[in-house]
Amino acid sequence: MSILVIAEHDNAGLKAATLNTVTAAAQIGAQLGAEIHVLVAGSACAAVAAAAAQIEGVARVRVADAAHYADQTAENVAALILANAAGYSHILAPATSHGKNTLPRVAALLDVAQISDVVGIEAPDTFVRPIYAGNALATVQSADAVKVVTVRTTAFAAAAINVGGSAAVENLTAAADLGVARLVGRELTQSARPELGAAKVVVSGGRGLGSGANYHALLEPLADKLNAALGASRAAVDAGFVPNDYQVGQTGKIVAPQLYIAVGISGAIQHLAGMKDSRVIVAINKDADAPIFQVADYGLVADLFQAVPELTAAL
Amino acid sequence: MKILVPVKRVVDYNVKVRVKADASGIDLANVKMAMNPFDEIAVEEAVRLKEAGIASEVVAVSCGLAACQETLRTAMAIGADRAILVETDAELQPLAVAKLLQALVVREQPQLVVLGKQAIDDDANQTGQMLAALLGWPQATFASKVVVAEGMATVTREVDGGLETLELKLPAVVTTDLRLNEPRYATLPNIMKAKKKPLDKLTPFDLGVDVAPRLTTLKVVEPPKRTAGARVADVAQLIDKLRNEAKVIQ
Repeated sequence: MSILVIAEHDNAGLKAATLNTVTAAAQIGAQLGAEIHVLVAGSACAAVAAAAAQIEGVARVRVADAAHYADQTAENVAALILANAAGYSHILAPATSHGKNTLPRVAALLDVAQISDVVGIEAPDTFVRPIYAGNALATVQSADAVKVVTVRTTAFAAAAINVGGSAAVENLTAAADLGVARLVGRELTQSARPELGAAKVVVSGGRGLGSGANYHALLEPLADKLNAALGASRAAVDAGFVPNDYQVGQTGKIVAPQLYIAVGISGAIQHLAGMKDSRVIVAINKDADAPIFQVADYGLVADLFQAVPELTAAL
Repeated sequence: MKILVPVKRVVDYNVKVRVKADASGIDLANVKMAMNPFDEIAVEEAVRLKEAGIASEVVAVSCGLAACQETLRTAMAIGADRAILVETDAELQPLAVAKLLQALVVREQPQLVVLGKQAIDDDANQTGQMLAALLGWPQATFASKVVVAEGMATVTREVDGGLETLELKLPAVVTTDLRLNEPRYATLPNIMKAKKKPLDKLTPFDLGVDVAPRLTTLKVVEPPKRTAGARVADVAQLIDKLRNEAKVIQ
């Protein structure tokens, strides 16, 4: 039996989340002596397959290249995975919006449970996962023949890229186009900054900034200096300061950078769930009693409208 | 068009949960319970579709303990027309719930199922997708906008890179994200009216569904605690600490 990892990609390139997922797969594979295969479902995605073939520890890349995989709709991708599931003891995907969308369909069609958002692997059938917004960690054991798992990428290091190394690349026959869901459009945030989920430094803003204009005027220069990704609390997103994909928290993005700077964020438990595994947390808030200070390594009680420009200027 | 809205009874989102001393689970004794916030958004959306004349009936469903009736009454106070409780004391995992809902869909024949994208207790984010797969229906998860017209649902979804809009052929499953709507507060007259609305009870046995759990919880522990660090007096001291103590900036 082998382990199948579903590649995260945009047809043009492989996303880093795939590398973290391969590391989780390798931890299982080492205990079972199992090979790791990567499945790429896309359209004109040869570059993705080539990149996947260079991931350390990957033995085989299986590619389904067809027009109806271009948008990676859950219905079509799940049907493809199902058609190729034989011979796999484990099917893994990163717990990204794509993985979370698709993998439960695969689990249901295989009549097995899914284990969501895994942060630790104790045995090939035993996994650790956060529940209650990360306020508890559950260790669960699966009795199913196939383990369908989504992986919290911040909990596993990225697998190395072996330039020149190349796993076998095999073309798969596409499954039929189900034709029940169609992509009408995408409004993706364009940014030259590092990806929020993988950035080494994250500068995050909350309601304390008061407006979208303030958010951009104060935090962008700071993020530029630190080569940081920008994040936000739910309150800042709900208030329309920034788009939804900036949200860090229980139901938004989970981040664990080297440095997380929380500006004008009070620190609701739902927000803490998304950033408390950061290595160093800095909080800047004028309210000395804000809960964010209970998890901050360095807390600065100050007016952010003075402190942030001062910090930016001094870096 | 009929809409089915599954709702889950969970620990209220304001409660700071405690792990049991024997690591067997979360201590739920005397803890305030409420409707899963994402499901409340789902009920609101279904009721709005009815108010807009698009839906003809909104049926709320819950699976679990007898106490889930309170959650169903809340859904009816928001505006659901009637409710179904699938009553069981058994531990229900997402696959089992999806199978119960599948059986109810076969009975009720809705054109749309709207439910929360995840429950804030197990944070699984699975039930809607599993239900759609079991039914062979299309799905739109993490919805921030839903438009239903002419046998199609056009749904804007919150995805990692921003927003994406899908067009689905009905019948379909939609799971809700935070910004889809702001649920109304149930008024006292509506709470009173909800008490008189019909609430049917079934069991997993009635629906012919095996709900046996597939996952065994071996232990539940608290995550490593993060302790509050130091307060710094000013920006200069903050930079000094980050540079020379934490060594995270140059």
